[in-house]
Amino acid sequence: MTSFFSIVLAAILGLLAVASAIGFILQRRATEAGSVATVQNLNARIRSWWIMVAVFGGAILLGDTAVVILFAFLSFMALREFWTLTPSRRGDHLALFLSFFVVLPVQYVLLGTLWYGLFAIFIPVYAFLILPAVATLTGDVNEFLARTARVQWGLMLTVYSISHAPALLMLQTGTPSALLLVYLVIVVQLSDVFQYVWGKLLGKHRFSPNISPSKTLEGLIGGGASAILVGTLLYRLTPFSPLQAAAISTVIVVAGFFGGFVLSAIKRDLNAKDWGYVIEGHGGVLDRLDSITFASPLFFHIVRYWFTT
Amino acid sequence: MIALVRRLLVLLVRIVVGARSEWRGCAPDPIRRIYFANHNSHVDTVAVMAALPWPVRRLTHPVAARDYWGTNAFRRFIAEKGLRAVLIERKPLPDSNPLAPVERLLEEGRSVLIFPEGTRSSNDEIAPFRSGIYRLACRFPDVDLVPIHLDNLQRILPKGSWLIVPITCTARFGKPLRVEPGEEKGAFLARARAAVIDLAGGGHTA
Repeated sequence: MTSFFSIVLAAILGLLAVASAIGFILQRRATEAGSVATVQNLNARIRSWWIMVAVFGGAILLGDTAVVILFAFLSFMALREFWTLTPSRRGDHLALFLSFFVVLPVQYVLLGTLWYGLFAIFIPVYAFLILPAVATLTGDVNEFLARTARVQWGLMLTVYSISHAPALLMLQTGTPSALLLVYLVIVVQLSDVFQYVWGKLLGKHRFSPNISPSKTLEGLIGGGASAILVGTLLYRLTPFSPLQAAAISTVIVVAGFFGGFVLSAIKRDLNAKDWGYVIEGHGGVLDRLDSITFASPLFFHIVRYWFTT
Repeated sequence: MIALVRRLLVLLVRIVVGARSEWRGCAPDPIRRIYFANHNSHVDTVAVMAALPWPVRRLTHPVAARDYWGTNAFRRFIAEKGLRAVLIERKPLPDSNPLAPVERLLEEGRSVLIFPEGTRSSNDEIAPFRSGIYRLACRFPDVDLVPIHLDNLQRILPKGSWLIVPITCTARFGKPLRVEPGEEKGAFLARARAAVIDLAGGGHTA
């Protein structure tokens, strides 16, 4: 790992320390019931960030296998959250069982063994055909098309897309590939954090109250621009030039935004506020990884097409 | 040794079905109570037990059917040692009181968990309640009956399948009820069943 990486790591820890200090001060000042709740949620989020940074950073330091196992576990949690909220019928039982215990592990084994050809098509082609075939065996035709779509979408979002983040480790670009993953995660997550901060400070115009009541135009523009700026400054983690880094982080931010947006739309459709409850202040694993689901395949393909040697 | 098995069982269930509790109508106090829940999966009993906090769990005994859980040594071990279950006859001999072991536990100040549908239902409907819960409510008028609704268990392990799908299960605890003075059996059973149905749904919207 480069010395620049150590500086980035120190910056993240510094940022968290500052956030914790601000949270502490706000907590002592908050008096109204409304602001107390907001500050409590903010502090819960910051506490969870410490844990997430520790887990992710620890996996990166332990090496590629640890990273793949971590993401396999995150996919498992996300798929579980998806199916906890999404309706299914008795006729889907075997397809769900196979999703959790065959498709998910196989996808990550393909990743671990660097079998890119099958990794890229296993879920979109083979799971796509096999799971509905299995579901027909129960003879339940009720809502068959919608059920098939749900089974496939659950896998595409929570397993296929998310697995493209650790898949960056497969790529030979001349720079340490783990840093590409660090870069993706930093830009996506900072974009979310900046959108939250800008939205809380300046947010006035609701972007789409139907889908995501807390998202504002101010948050979106301010947060997106800040994240693109950081993404540009971090070009030394990557094989990109500063200009390329600016363009690529724009892609990451826009895709990340739509990831969050699409997953919110699904939540609204299912009448839920959060995907789960395991990350205090954030909701579920899928609430934290929603932006990653859209950003990681795009980022992976950009790097693979233009920057691999 | 047995205590360790118990802890492992709870841990396993928490990992596999995520068993979590949501206390809507009462607090998880370690006091004598009669818990009753809807029943549609083999995992139900363990899911509720895993969702209970330790001080409540150690006080609580699930009631299980002897004709299923008593049939071989493994099942009996899981039921009696792993879960501290009390096994009762579903088809008792005439003139015998199948609830006697349950009443004995309540007299000792312990809590019990029962599934008043009597058997696992094979769809999302909650079957009419059997009368045992009414008899317990009349016999112990000063004990709270706490309704529990279990989400998703049908989808985790449906009747007729041995494949567990690790969807998260929530045990939602409602407002305690007691038998009213002069309340008829049918009215009470309907009210208890309605209390469980009322707890259905809600997901993470709270």
